[in-house]
Amino acid sequence: MSDPTDATEPADALVQPASPVLRDLLARFAGHVLAVSEHRGDATAIVDRAALLEVCRHLRDDPACAFDMLLDVTAVDYLGRRPRFEVVYHLLSIDRNDRVRVKVPLEEDDPVIPSVVPVWAGADWLERETFDLYGVRFDGHPNLKRIYLYEEFEGHPLRKDYPKEKRQPLIGPGAVRRDPMNDDLTR
Amino acid sequence: MSDTHGHGHAHVEEETPAPKVRPIEPTEDSLDLPFEPMELKMGPSHPATHGTVRILLKLDGERIVNAEVEVGYLHRGFEKECESGLWYQAFPYTDRLNYVSPLINNVGYALACEKLLGIEAPERCQWLRVIASEVSRMSDHYTCLGACSLELGAFTAFLYAVEAREQLWDLHDALCGARVTTNYVRIGGLSMDVGRDFRELAKERLAAAGKLQQDLEDLLLSNPIFLDRMEGTGVLAKEKLVQLGVTGPLLRAAGVPYDVRRAQPYLVYDRIDFDVPIGEAGDNLDRFLVRIEELKQSRRMIEQCVDRMPEGPVDVDDPHVRLAGKGRVFERMEELIAQFKIVTEGPKPPVGEVYQAVEGGNGELGFYLVSDGTGRPVKCRPRSPSFSNTQALSPMIEGSMLADVIPTFDMINMIGGECDR
Repeated sequence: MSDPTDATEPADALVQPASPVLRDLLARFAGHVLAVSEHRGDATAIVDRAALLEVCRHLRDDPACAFDMLLDVTAVDYLGRRPRFEVVYHLLSIDRNDRVRVKVPLEEDDPVIPSVVPVWAGADWLERETFDLYGVRFDGHPNLKRIYLYEEFEGHPLRKDYPKEKRQPLIGPGAVRRDPMNDDLTR
Repeated sequence: MSDTHGHGHAHVEEETPAPKVRPIEPTEDSLDLPFEPMELKMGPSHPATHGTVRILLKLDGERIVNAEVEVGYLHRGFEKECESGLWYQAFPYTDRLNYVSPLINNVGYALACEKLLGIEAPERCQWLRVIASEVSRMSDHYTCLGACSLELGAFTAFLYAVEAREQLWDLHDALCGARVTTNYVRIGGLSMDVGRDFRELAKERLAAAGKLQQDLEDLLLSNPIFLDRMEGTGVLAKEKLVQLGVTGPLLRAAGVPYDVRRAQPYLVYDRIDFDVPIGEAGDNLDRFLVRIEELKQSRRMIEQCVDRMPEGPVDVDDPHVRLAGKGRVFERMEELIAQFKIVTEGPKPPVGEVYQAVEGGNGELGFYLVSDGTGRPVKCRPRSPSFSNTQALSPMIEGSMLADVIPTFDMINMIGGECDR
């Protein structure tokens, strides 16, 4: 899949972005911001997992960014590409009336990412949903368990290798409860 | 109250950490008795919660010590369904996100697809989409206000609100032939233009709805029982609301004037005159009043639109996006091929990703789409306001009385289809 925002593209190969937020991120977190893009006017930064929390705190606290609201957390499964997953954050600054998208690539065999609940409390349910449907584990989340599906559900249905018509085993009252934290995430 | 076992969301109370039990303040007439919080499970089917949701409450007398909200009872796999179809086949599913204001979802999804394709709908289409959005917003708000009054015991007021909503659904009918599951908007256009009598019909129906709304206001806003239940309940500081990602009337009632139609105007909202009402206290009464005022503003907008809407086509003139029209398909080879291609393969947006937000009935409704250049979405994700808003229910009701759950939940206006995707 030829994605213009491919994570392998080095940041310095791109033209300087128009968005001051992206320019600031590139200067401040050189080496951790893997790429930036402004496809159709949406400012996007691809960030290294190790720097995610630092970048998020900066985006929230710096007055020139002031992204006080986390609108959405989700993931995308690019099955067959490496890295396979991307976790996507959509941020909004109400005062500055600006938006930015932050993406973090994740490898298939290590879908773990730090939780941003300490930065935006609203990430709680959104991260639980992403865990539920994609099996991405959020490190440090206060209550990481399924939100839409039931505990006995096997697999993560929004992964591209989960067949749409797949049947789940029937469960009844008294079914043995699995611990979602020790679930086999590759299933 | 229901038992704890069964499939789905069971066993939660075992996993919750120790409840934050506040000791009862010793007063002169209180006895020093051993105390355990009472557990109460509201829902998932409860006569006073419209919407399928379960609230696990821990009570100290009538005071809520801890509340855990469980959602997901209406999860139908919206994203999975969309990813398995063509881009244009997602429209009927979007109807069923917020099924009380389906046209706004249609418009939001179409705008996101158009942004991905890099096209813009014609002028008349944009005005019609604004009309559609505002009609839907009104029906959404009437449902919210009516359900709230019903659940607080004001049955008569509920009937006025539902009758007003019927007037708006007549307009849905005039726009697209359906009242509830509309499937009206298309990528790059609309399924059909309106008839010549739409202007008169809209004015007549809006006047009828306005009269009913006045009756509703007169009934409720002078009623001391209603005011007591609404005033000062469900308050959460605006900083908290922003942190939790709460948008829409809830956020505006707390004094934050964020409205996507004003902040990042789409369609022709920058050419229409309207005010963004805000509240001060951020309690349930303010949320109610903000919706009342937004109804008036929406009516004002629709009236401007029907007067100022230009004549012209409603579909983009692009055979890769919109059907050529049956008349030409029957007569010409090229158009026949184009029709065949567009039905079986659909439009193919270039590789890339977009996020497009519109102001939904309950807040910012966004669509995040990812295309790999084929006719099927890699990702079709709605950012649903109800989901983030419902997350704020727990902090809103913790520490307050059990009876406050009802008006607070009503004003959050959780719509299951949208919240559970």
